[in-house]
Amino acid sequence: MTEQLDAGVVARQIKESDVLGGPGGGREVGRARRRKEDARLVTGRSQWTDNIQLPGMLYVAFLRSPMAHARITRVDTSVARTQPGVVAVFSGQDFAAEQGSLPCAWPVSEDIVIPDHPPMAVSEVRYVGEAVACVVATDRYKAADALDAIEIDYEPLDAVTDMTAALDEGSPKVHEAGNKAFTWTFAQGDIEAAFRDAAVRVERTFVQQRLIPSAMEPRAVVAQTDGDAFTLHSATQIPHILRVMLALTTGIPEHKLRVVAPDVGGGFGSKLQVTAEEVLCLLITRRLGKPVKWTESRSEGNLTVHHGRDQLQRISVAADADGRIRGVKVDLLADMGAYLMLVTPGVPLLGAFMYSGIYKMDAYDFTCTGVFTTKMPTDAYRGAGRPEATFAIERIVDELAAELGMDPIELRRRNWIQHTEFPYTTVCGLTYDSGNYEAATERALALFGYDKLRAEQADRREREDPVQLGIGVSTYTEMCGLAPSRVLGSLSYGAGGWEHASVRVLPTGKVEVVTGTSPHGQGHETAWSQIVADALGVPFEDVAVLHGDTSSSHKGMDTYGSRSLVVGGVAVVQACEKVKEKAKQVAAHLMEASPDDVEFTRGEFRVRGTGTSRTIQEIALATFAAHDLPDGFEPRLDADATFDPDNFSFPHGTHLCAVEVDTETGATRIRSYVAVDDVGNVVNPLIVEGQVHGGIAQGIAQALFEEAVHDADGNLLTTTMADYLLPSAADLPAYTTDRTETPATTNPLGVKGVGEAGTIASTPAVVNAVVDALRPYGVRDVPMPCTPERVWRALGQARTPQSTDGGLS
Amino acid sequence: MIPASFDYVRASSLDEALETLSEHGEEAKVLAGGQSLLPLLRLRLAYPGTLVDLGRVEELRGVADRGDHVLIGAMTTHYEVATSPVVREHCPLVALATATVADPAVRHRGTFGGSLAHADPAGDLPAVARALDMEFVARSPEGERVIPAADFFLDYLETALDPGEILTGIRVPKLGPGWGFHYEKFHRTAQAWAIVGVAAAVRRSGGAVEEARVALTNMGPVPVRATGVEQAVRGADLGANGALRAAAERADEDADPPSDLHARPDYRRHLARVLTHRALVAAAGAA
Repeated sequence: MTEQLDAGVVARQIKESDVLGGPGGGREVGRARRRKEDARLVTGRSQWTDNIQLPGMLYVAFLRSPMAHARITRVDTSVARTQPGVVAVFSGQDFAAEQGSLPCAWPVSEDIVIPDHPPMAVSEVRYVGEAVACVVATDRYKAADALDAIEIDYEPLDAVTDMTAALDEGSPKVHEAGNKAFTWTFAQGDIEAAFRDAAVRVERTFVQQRLIPSAMEPRAVVAQTDGDAFTLHSATQIPHILRVMLALTTGIPEHKLRVVAPDVGGGFGSKLQVTAEEVLCLLITRRLGKPVKWTESRSEGNLTVHHGRDQLQRISVAADADGRIRGVKVDLLADMGAYLMLVTPGVPLLGAFMYSGIYKMDAYDFTCTGVFTTKMPTDAYRGAGRPEATFAIERIVDELAAELGMDPIELRRRNWIQHTEFPYTTVCGLTYDSGNYEAATERALALFGYDKLRAEQADRREREDPVQLGIGVSTYTEMCGLAPSRVLGSLSYGAGGWEHASVRVLPTGKVEVVTGTSPHGQGHETAWSQIVADALGVPFEDVAVLHGDTSSSHKGMDTYGSRSLVVGGVAVVQACEKVKEKAKQVAAHLMEASPDDVEFTRGEFRVRGTGTSRTIQEIALATFAAHDLPDGFEPRLDADATFDPDNFSFPHGTHLCAVEVDTETGATRIRSYVAVDDVGNVVNPLIVEGQVHGGIAQGIAQALFEEAVHDADGNLLTTTMADYLLPSAADLPAYTTDRTETPATTNPLGVKGVGEAGTIASTPAVVNAVVDALRPYGVRDVPMPCTPERVWRALGQARTPQSTDGGLS
Repeated sequence: MIPASFDYVRASSLDEALETLSEHGEEAKVLAGGQSLLPLLRLRLAYPGTLVDLGRVEELRGVADRGDHVLIGAMTTHYEVATSPVVREHCPLVALATATVADPAVRHRGTFGGSLAHADPAGDLPAVARALDMEFVARSPEGERVIPAADFFLDYLETALDPGEILTGIRVPKLGPGWGFHYEKFHRTAQAWAIVGVAAAVRRSGGAVEEARVALTNMGPVPVRATGVEQAVRGADLGANGALRAAAERADEDADPPSDLHARPDYRRHLARVLTHRALVAAAGAA
């Protein structure tokens, strides 16, 4: 199969050589190094926020609104104050003068409504779980116990739980200004002509159910002060952004505020936030002068960690009779929840440019309306906007294939960008720098045994087997490496997208890398060490990576949007280049040669054509001693770099999923799953493999398992893991993974990012497979998650003659 | 979540446990493996004043062959039950169902008696107890009494045990030769409760069903014995197409299925019929 691929594209899996030596012969980049950080993480010798203990520490517990929408008419904390161990009790009124409003950094339109968002509700609550008071006590248990003694009277107001109904004229209002936050539109080409002239038009409405991010480590905050300056430890993805935002929100000067993200146990976007609890813990510490800690419980987290997805997508596609796609129209409602948090309104925009997927077309039309409801705000969740877009386009392409009676792979072939056409500017105006959809798809089809499975499917259909086989396709791409500052600016985002790195060379030749990215499970310490080892020719073991502390890493844009390697990793490379250039000056001086005659390989500076050489470690020591440096040479090899790429990166791949659907019970079993991803060059195949596995699991979770459910009064019903079903390893199949490598042309590493790819790709592959299995019965959609009951009802509805929709709304 | 405060007593003998229970009356709650009680405490759905921990009461642990029945100590863990050679030989249905309880961590902590005394109709063991007509041995300061499974489960999370009484063991009758067994569990994830479960025992003679016992998990506030199916399946010709399926159609006759996030009642009824058929086929095939 490999021989058929385009030159320069190599399909490969992790091999023995990757672990032992690396394919490039002793190079670190490309080697499946075990992760440096794992020994301390898995042996519990790591520093999580919750295991920080400080002298005199107090514990905070929050009382949370039991109502989705109500006016607070009376608060009495007097009894709670007298409870054992209680040091202080605060309500929203106590903070009203100083708490400010939680920030929204992405005002997507001129006329966007950004409601005031007090960290602690003062006069009105707008979702169940909103903080209304807190107890500060000498231990966590006493704090929790005293919550019961706080008295609050509420005057109930109408809950607003349905996005569509929320836009009706007579709907109760979440905020004075109404329930519409914004409408954002984007159009390219003549969409009317595309639809008018098309032979086939398919329209579907897909529901992106609300999801609850479940990081392994719950959120936790520790705030402390020395009376003048403040330190905030938080289980956050964004210590740098958080510092700026907290300074702006609380008025604590930026230079008096240190933010630390110690080891952080996962985030998936849920810790890309400036949370009420972070602000409030700072305020409490400022008030009391004592260190305080808050750690959420899992059920508290389900209520109040920002939620993800929750969009209603009306999408239509127009195509010629031969399957050529002419245009795509998208009309989106996006549930903001009760407030706009850090990037809430921007999430659908991150998807806005991805609804054309990998396909060529003449016209595109996109409208998105952000809607307020009385629910926990939504915000970034693994993929943020792009999983939604990819789901819609990949689902409707399968629907179009069914409409045309065409194989879904064949339909995609007729429409996708050919590998010879890169760089390609899509109808959405993005320039995809590189890719090879043919190669990834060919590889996936071969690994999957596509033809054989199609034959089995035909046989089962023929036999009317109660267990039907479905095959789902997802040929995805995504835009990530969230960066180009100019582009982010043009989309009204409040910050840039550059990333910073400092490389410090210590006297003994060991290297410290300070990165502005903030890992929370991704393995930056390992990957950055590999990059530096190659760039400076030092051993992998000689590199330490510092991160997540604004006092040691003063500049950074943190970790989200699969940006760390693509932006931050490149900054590391650039800083290393500067170090090398300086070291070369010193080496040339010491060897009494011209720098032009000095070459550098594998950590050694050598005078061309002679046997004279110096190691980088020798240069490090000589620079430290500074006894004999070139005239005017600043005695340091250290260097900084800040990288701001010109473009996003565009990983892509082909995921194929085979499911067995039991038409009697509605149960879906994933029988096989093949993922061939192209994330460009790979620094560490083991880490990539881990990201792909976890990503697929999270995408399958949306397809089959997870859903945040509210009742009509706005109560969240899925507050525990008994009700909000996270699949475990036991519920997921073994994946067959492989890669093609088409280097990115937009950065010197040729990397594209992998953090979100699996999640973006897998959800449509699974749902397409479920629907494919049921298509002979007339089913055209099953809403997510495709639970056994939903599948059963979809079958029942499709069998009922009056049903036209097939799905269950 | 964080539980409200409670007192904790670790009993070292059954008598000490009984004494502590009677001392504290209805305020006290018995702690076995804690797999159901601790979540209730943490969610503050239960506020017992005192927990009486039976974890160190050795006399309540273990499996014994008692001739016509097997006695399973209330504090025997699911793992111990599922892997017990005595249980596997004489009560295979118990071993099969116990092996499906939650996940390995829960099976190593959770206990057979604790699970039954908790009487969650979504738990896997109550239906098995009904299908096999287990007997529940309970001790109080007044002495010992034996409660048949049919009288044990009174309502959702409610049993015939008195507040001062402790379940000490469960007698599982040996059904003798010729029986086949199956526990058909339908759930969305490996760790989730059964949406519906079917415990089936079938004795066949030649190509026909002689006798069957069928009970349902999570089809009402208490485990449901599907007597309609048991009657209908008696004498069913295993060679005849559809005989078992027809009998299984009566599975939900006496059910009162709950409605929750995972299934509404009509779907549960449908599942009960489908799964009962599958359980009968499997149990008859294994006989």
